[in-house]
Amino acid sequence: MLANFIPTTAEYLGIMPEIILTLAAVLIIFLEAAMKPGRKPMMQWIAVISLGFAIFHALHAPEGIAFQGMLAIDGMANFFRVLVMVAGLLVVFGSSDYLTRENADASEYYALVLFSIVGQCIMASANELIMMFIGLEISSIASYVLAGFLRDDPRNNESALKYFLLGSFATAFLLYGVAWIYGATGSTNLATIHTSLLSGDTGHASLVGIAAALIFVGLAFKLSAAPFQGWAPDVYQGAPAPVSGFMTVGPKAAAFAVLIRIFTLALGSMSDRWLPIFWGVALATMLVGNLAALWQTNIKRMLAYSSIAHAGYVLVAVAANSGTGSAAAMFYLAAYAFTNIGAFTIVAHFARKGEKYVAIEDLAGLSQKQPALAAMMTVFLLSLIGVPLTGGFFGKFYIFKAALDSNLVWLTVLGLLNSAIAAYYYLRILVVMYMKEPGESTDNLPVASPLLQVAIFGSAIMTLVLGILPGWVLDFATRASQ
Amino acid sequence: MPPLPTSVPIAWYLTLSAILFSLGVLGFILRRNIITVFMSIELMLNAVNLTFITFSYMLKRVDGHIFSFFVMVVAAAEAAVGLAIILTVFKNRQTLEIDEVSSLKN
Repeated sequence: MLANFIPTTAEYLGIMPEIILTLAAVLIIFLEAAMKPGRKPMMQWIAVISLGFAIFHALHAPEGIAFQGMLAIDGMANFFRVLVMVAGLLVVFGSSDYLTRENADASEYYALVLFSIVGQCIMASANELIMMFIGLEISSIASYVLAGFLRDDPRNNESALKYFLLGSFATAFLLYGVAWIYGATGSTNLATIHTSLLSGDTGHASLVGIAAALIFVGLAFKLSAAPFQGWAPDVYQGAPAPVSGFMTVGPKAAAFAVLIRIFTLALGSMSDRWLPIFWGVALATMLVGNLAALWQTNIKRMLAYSSIAHAGYVLVAVAANSGTGSAAAMFYLAAYAFTNIGAFTIVAHFARKGEKYVAIEDLAGLSQKQPALAAMMTVFLLSLIGVPLTGGFFGKFYIFKAALDSNLVWLTVLGLLNSAIAAYYYLRILVVMYMKEPGESTDNLPVASPLLQVAIFGSAIMTLVLGILPGWVLDFATRASQ
Repeated sequence: MPPLPTSVPIAWYLTLSAILFSLGVLGFILRRNIITVFMSIELMLNAVNLTFITFSYMLKRVDGHIFSFFVMVVAAAEAAVGLAIILTVFKNRQTLEIDEVSSLKN
């Protein structure tokens, strides 16, 4: 009996990415304290190397249920783990210049990024509600600190405070829902909840409904889905730009993994009750994000509203409630991750010290001074619009195809109309970059350092690869969603 | 007069936890001091703990107790980070009124 509780080698291999990243993060904190100042540059390389090893292990993880049903190391877990780790890799490359410029070259930044990624990996592979909660908190607590990383900057403080208060508020809702699910079904394991609901011996179907609603509210906060999106613009605008890029991608992707697992797996038998809510929330999220983004003059705030709108598109895929819908959501999140991190990295580079140049008008004439940078920004903006040959196009294509297959005709039509509205504010940036005369903000723009170029060109290449050869990522996503 | 129950009914605990949770939500929405808002969140987490323990008692299973420990540990970690964030806000602005912490916008 006791032997059953000793984890097998396969189980350890399954969580090898989390183990590697945790050890690397602890090592970074230890070295930061032990080493003399001035020998810090190697810290980001520890992060890069550990992420590389972790990605390798996630791609080769033996699949199966691990640790007494706590974790499900399946295709979906591996897809999301690789996604958040690759996003983390790009963020690490894109951050070091920014930190040096702001005199905040502290290695705990990389440790926090790694811890946050560990939390997201646990969320992606959790098969149990309490495990999901713990993963969510590991990810969130590290992100709260990252959002306020420049602690003398009032904008950073405000961003961290809002993120912390509303994040903890959302977590409390999620947990209260988990507690009621536990009471109504006697378990927090997703598979057991599913069988308990199917067998109908849960005498309190309405209780499970309320619990599901509480969980949905908690996750909707994390996804910045309407009507719980209010915190997102302030938080993403106030946080350091590379961190904003990370927060719009990693925690969101992991929260979507949790949402898909809970609602399509555990609560799949109640789908006729939650699908109408998802329908409405998806539409409201797209509308709120796109309409508010139209009026923004600050590029970070505009990208924040655009990230709300993109969460709405992914919710359309979840509302399709099918294998193809989940695969479309995963593909979209991957395409969006590269695109958005690339865009935020350029914004971080362009903003200069103290994030001085963050108005859209400041980008005027960028194409004349640095055509390569303007071209990369163009790739990202076109992908956010969803123009063919970019990852964003196939992302939207698969999402709306999955929605049509599930007979969500009106949601598809309204979603397409939303994409048309969105084109306006993305194209406005293109117009500013290519049609206006350069001002003093573009005059003294330094050339991006090699590390930054890795982040920017890497993101752009991945965005284009996903737009030209979407097959291999889509195959990965399709296998993962079964 | 009906005989008094020998033990407190389960529903009473659950009602109490629901009241505590609602008080936490109301406090979060209505209070304007950051520390009080933070305390409201802790109240909500305690309501969750009470619910876990009640269900654990009802189901005659021990895992609910363990979950409440997890919640407490995470709440402590959150409090450590949260209070540090609140301190930096106070250092930079000399205020703990939540309405005055709103410099971000256009």
